[in-house]
Amino acid sequence: MKKDKKFLIAGFALTIFLAGFVSFYASSHPDGLEKVAEDIGFLETAKDHSNANSALADYGVKGIDNARLSTGAAGVIGVLATAGVSTGLFLVLRRRSDAEK
Amino acid sequence: MHIPDGFIDIPTSVAFAGIAAAGVAVSLKGARASLDEKTAPLAGLTATFIFAVQMLNFPVAAGTSGHLLGGALAAILVGPWVAMLALTVVLLMQGLLFADGGLSAIGLNVFNMSVIGVWVGYGAFLLAKKFLPKNKSSITIAAFVAGIISVPAAAAGFVLQYAIGGTATFSVSAVLAGMVSTHVLIGIGEGIISALAVGAVMASRSDLVYGYRGEKVTLEMRKSL
Repeated sequence: MKKDKKFLIAGFALTIFLAGFVSFYASSHPDGLEKVAEDIGFLETAKDHSNANSALADYGVKGIDNARLSTGAAGVIGVLATAGVSTGLFLVLRRRSDAEK
Repeated sequence: MHIPDGFIDIPTSVAFAGIAAAGVAVSLKGARASLDEKTAPLAGLTATFIFAVQMLNFPVAAGTSGHLLGGALAAILVGPWVAMLALTVVLLMQGLLFADGGLSAIGLNVFNMSVIGVWVGYGAFLLAKKFLPKNKSSITIAAFVAGIISVPAAAAGFVLQYAIGGTATFSVSAVLAGMVSTHVLIGIGEGIISALAVGAVMASRSDLVYGYRGEKVTLEMRKSL
C-alpha cells in the first residue's frame, strides 16, 4: 500500500508539472480537425462556445495577464478538478461493487 | 479533435449524445468489476494524466498540431470500461470549464474519443499482443500500435458524423481524406506518448497495468484448472 501511495504521489506531481508548466510550451497551431475544417472551408460553421467568456475559457484564467501564469494556473485547476471528479466517481463505483458482494 | 458547436446539426448531435449516454451507462456497470481499493485511485490518476497531456499540443505537419487522445493508453492501464469513464470525465471538464469542445457536441466527442478511441485502441492492443512474444516489452510495443491506430479511427468517427449531419456541404470524401491523412500523423505522436507512458509504468509497477495483469490472471486461472 505504501508503494502505491508513492506511485500516486509521483504520478500526481507529474501531472501538475505537465499541466502547470510544460503546457505553456504547447504548440498553438490549430489541431487536426480545426486545420482540416479550415482547409476544406467549413471552419466558419463553428459557433462560439457557450462558455467562451467563462473564467477559464481556452485554458487561461481571466484576470491573469501573464500568459505563462494564466495557462499554468488553468492547467493546475483542471488537474485538480479532473482528479477530484474522476477519483470521486471511481471510489463511489468501487464502494458499490463492495456492497453488492 | 474536439468538435465545436455548429459543425454537426442538432438532431445528429442529440442522436450521438444518446449513443454516448448508453455507452457510459454500460461502462458504469462494466467498470465496477475492475475497480477496487487499489485501482480506483489509479484510475483517477489516469484520467488526470490524460487531461494534463491533452493540453500539450505537439506540432505535426505544416501549421498543424495534435495532442494525445488517451483512449488506448487508458484502456491498457485501467481497462476499457474504466477508460471510457476516464475519457468522459476529461471531455466534460474540458467542455464545461475550458470551453474546449462544444456543449451540444459533447455526445459527438464522447462517441469519438471515449467509445471509438478506447475500444479500437484496446482491440488493436489485444491483437498486437497476440502476435508479439509474451514478455514485458511487448506490452509497450502493443501500446505504440494501439495509439497509432486509435487516432485515425476516432477521426473517422467525426467523418461519419459529418456525413450524417454536417452543416456544411463539402464532399464527405474530401473530409475523409483530410481527416485520415492528418490524423495518421497525429496517431504516430499518440503511439509514442502511449508507449512512453505504458513503458514507464511497466518498468516501475507492471502489476498496476491492466493490459499486462489481465494476461497474468488468465494464465494463473489456466494453471489452476
